[in-house]
Amino acid sequence: MKVIIRRPRREVEMSGSRRVRDLLQELQINPESVLVVRGSELLTPDEVVKDEETVEVVPAISGGAADEV
Amino acid sequence: MRCKTCPGKAVIETRRHNAAFCKDCYLVHVERQVVRTIDGDTMLTPDDRVLVAVSGGKDSLTLWEVLRRLGYRTTGFHIVLGISHYSPEARRTVEAYASIHRLPLIVTDVKEEYDFSIPELAEYTRRVPCSACGLSKRYLMNRTAREAGFTVLATGHNLDDGAATLLGNLLHWQTEQLGRMAPALEATHPKLVKTVKPLIRLTERETLAYAMLRGIAYHDDECPNAVGATSLFYKDILNQLELASPGAKQSFYFGFLKKARPAFSAAHSESLELRECEVCGQVTTTETCAFCRMMDLARRTAAARNS
Repeated sequence: MKVIIRRPRREVEMSGSRRVRDLLQELQINPESVLVVRGSELLTPDEVVKDEETVEVVPAISGGAADEV
Repeated sequence: MRCKTCPGKAVIETRRHNAAFCKDCYLVHVERQVVRTIDGDTMLTPDDRVLVAVSGGKDSLTLWEVLRRLGYRTTGFHIVLGISHYSPEARRTVEAYASIHRLPLIVTDVKEEYDFSIPELAEYTRRVPCSACGLSKRYLMNRTAREAGFTVLATGHNLDDGAATLLGNLLHWQTEQLGRMAPALEATHPKLVKTVKPLIRLTERETLAYAMLRGIAYHDDECPNAVGATSLFYKDILNQLELASPGAKQSFYFGFLKKARPAFSAAHSESLELRECEVCGQVTTTETCAFCRMMDLARRTAAARNS
């Protein structure tokens, strides 16, 4: 499977199917700080991503100045 | 994984609520959380004219979307910061959202109004960019809201923002700031406008999921100046705690508001004497406000370099 990770953008190839929670654990990504999407579909941790599929890890956290404008 | 409230397939799990939701139930859940926040702190009334601070990111556009759906009278306020490729795209995103939903929008370009972009202000005053940016935003938000007759200023701060700010203020024992931390701050001077944070019960991950599920076209680039920002480091630490102990951020932030903030607030209630800046007339605790001092330093530095 192909995993696209944003910020900084990189692509990781992994062989075999995996549950989302295992995929994040292998990549050492905290599930509290991201969402995993397949196309436009949000995936829960128990979802299985198949070998031929592509998923994207979208970071939820943004920083900077204390006031959001 | 199944939805907590219907037989549908879940699209998001929220461990701190020990729950998972399908798309429709999640959207309802988020909007109910915002209503609960607004009602609980008496943040807004139907009569309010609300200025919504919108950067174009997921949080501010989620806020505008929810307030719009709840029927509040909102106007967007966007500040053009002058940050390379980031600011033009952010402005386009906000203008597109306002246009699609036929919502009024006020845009202020810092460089056009005050001669310096945020990167230039940071350079000329030797501040870190996030400091110059935050100071400028606070100043412009209140000034614009008051001068344009808005009764409330709403910002898209979420639980991660609140918990990270609390952690930073505690680490440095910023006792005055700790006393002023609140999701709703009433105006304490005729020239100050009430400020509210209706998304404060939602984590950043939850607002991201809402924005994605609603199909909001938000600006998802990170500000180039935020790379390495302390706030990101604090958020990372807090999310490590959250992973080990779901609900940790909520307990940390709301526990502080309930059990500790009153003591900090009381300790500083008499020490803050508000006055009007001798240069611009905005509210400050010193003769000249921090924004005017920053601008003065920038002008002097620029003049010295050009001479």
